[in-house]
Amino acid sequence: MRYVFQFGVVADHWPALVAGALATLRLSLLAMAFGLAIAILCAFLRRGAPRPIALAVATYVEIIRNTPLLVQLFIIYFSLPGLGIRLEAEEAAVLGLSLNLGGYATEILRAGLDAIPKGQIEAGRALGLTRLQIFRLIMLFPALRIVYPALASQFVILLLGSSIVSAISAPELTGVTNTLQSTTFRAFEFYFVATGLYLLMAIAVRLALDGIQWLVFVRGRAW
Amino acid sequence: MRQFGWNELLFILLALRWTLLLSLVAFAGGIVGGMMIALMKTSTVAPLRWAATIYVRLFQGTPLLMQLFLAYYGVTVLTGVRIDPWPAVIIAFTAYAAAFLGDIWRGCIEAVPREQWEAAEALSLRRLAIMRLIILPQAARIAIPPTVGFLVQLIKGTSVASIIGFVELTRAGQLMTNVTFQPMTIYPLVAGFYFALCWPLSILSQALEKRMDAARATAPIL
Repeated sequence: MRYVFQFGVVADHWPALVAGALATLRLSLLAMAFGLAIAILCAFLRRGAPRPIALAVATYVEIIRNTPLLVQLFIIYFSLPGLGIRLEAEEAAVLGLSLNLGGYATEILRAGLDAIPKGQIEAGRALGLTRLQIFRLIMLFPALRIVYPALASQFVILLLGSSIVSAISAPELTGVTNTLQSTTFRAFEFYFVATGLYLLMAIAVRLALDGIQWLVFVRGRAW
Repeated sequence: MRQFGWNELLFILLALRWTLLLSLVAFAGGIVGGMMIALMKTSTVAPLRWAATIYVRLFQGTPLLMQLFLAYYGVTVLTGVRIDPWPAVIIAFTAYAAAFLGDIWRGCIEAVPREQWEAAEALSLRRLAIMRLIILPQAARIAIPPTVGFLVQLIKGTSVASIIGFVELTRAGQLMTNVTFQPMTIYPLVAGFYFALCWPLSILSQALEKRMDAARATAPIL
């Protein structure tokens, strides 16, 4: 069969696609910030908190890492209203992506914390620092530096994974593309261009993260 | 409205086999494709290396969902008829698995100490024989934990196939939610099934990795 590609239609809807891409970036950046905050908190609790809390954190990490993001989003968006928690699609998307990233990043950060030499922690204790002070002042920054490449990869995975939130109709690039292709009947062309936009965003975010690494960890301080 | 009962549970349980089947088929295809990618990436022929690198970067730099849409509508474009999602889903997940396994295994091949290459060359073995007899058997050992880890990623990834209408575990859960309107019961149950599949594999992968680290730590230094 002959199929004539028509990318002109895609060009006509360019502004909508760009708006969708920006929404994807916004969603991902929010989730990166929240997810990292969750991970730092959880990594601390896992080491410093009483056993039941540490166990709860470990359970959260295992559940996140062993179930699909899509099902996690369904639970947040469709199941939680049964408990009286009703979220907008976008809120549910940010919450789902943040919790997902938080689980993976907790595990990544743990590896970094484990790599901190024991002597440093003992030195902190000898100075009479509290647990929180030791974590905050001695362990956190070097641990983040050690695991930064792995964290950066996880951030890119999150950016690409955010396309799944279109399944709960949160507004972003994939959702915009779904709508456009269903009204123009040019599915392949639209998905092709959207895929290219994701690739560009992944490259841009990766470069930005590498830049941050250089600013914060290489040039920033002599650790 | 239907209540969530044994029939609904059975429907979801039976859909589990499509999740398993899709994962296994994609994994098997990915093993073949991934092996090719890994060999291309470690080849001495530059264009082969470039082609493999571009392939891996494309798959690791774009969303799985987009790959699935492109495969689905790509098949439609090529054949001119809208078919059921099976072929597209198989193609997309196999290509996806090949890219990730290829990259994992490239790392494993490169992790074999350089001295092994040099020793084999000193014995005047050919490149192909070195790869087959010396390098790959050692790389295979290193490769087992991350490969099991990727299988977990793949099983979870198959849930995305539900978005283009492929009936597997997640889609079955959605369908049953639509008729019973009990998302509170069904989605946690679906998550539980995924967890039951993935958690043992995750633990296995971690245990293998730990054992290998221990073996490496006690191995005599050359």
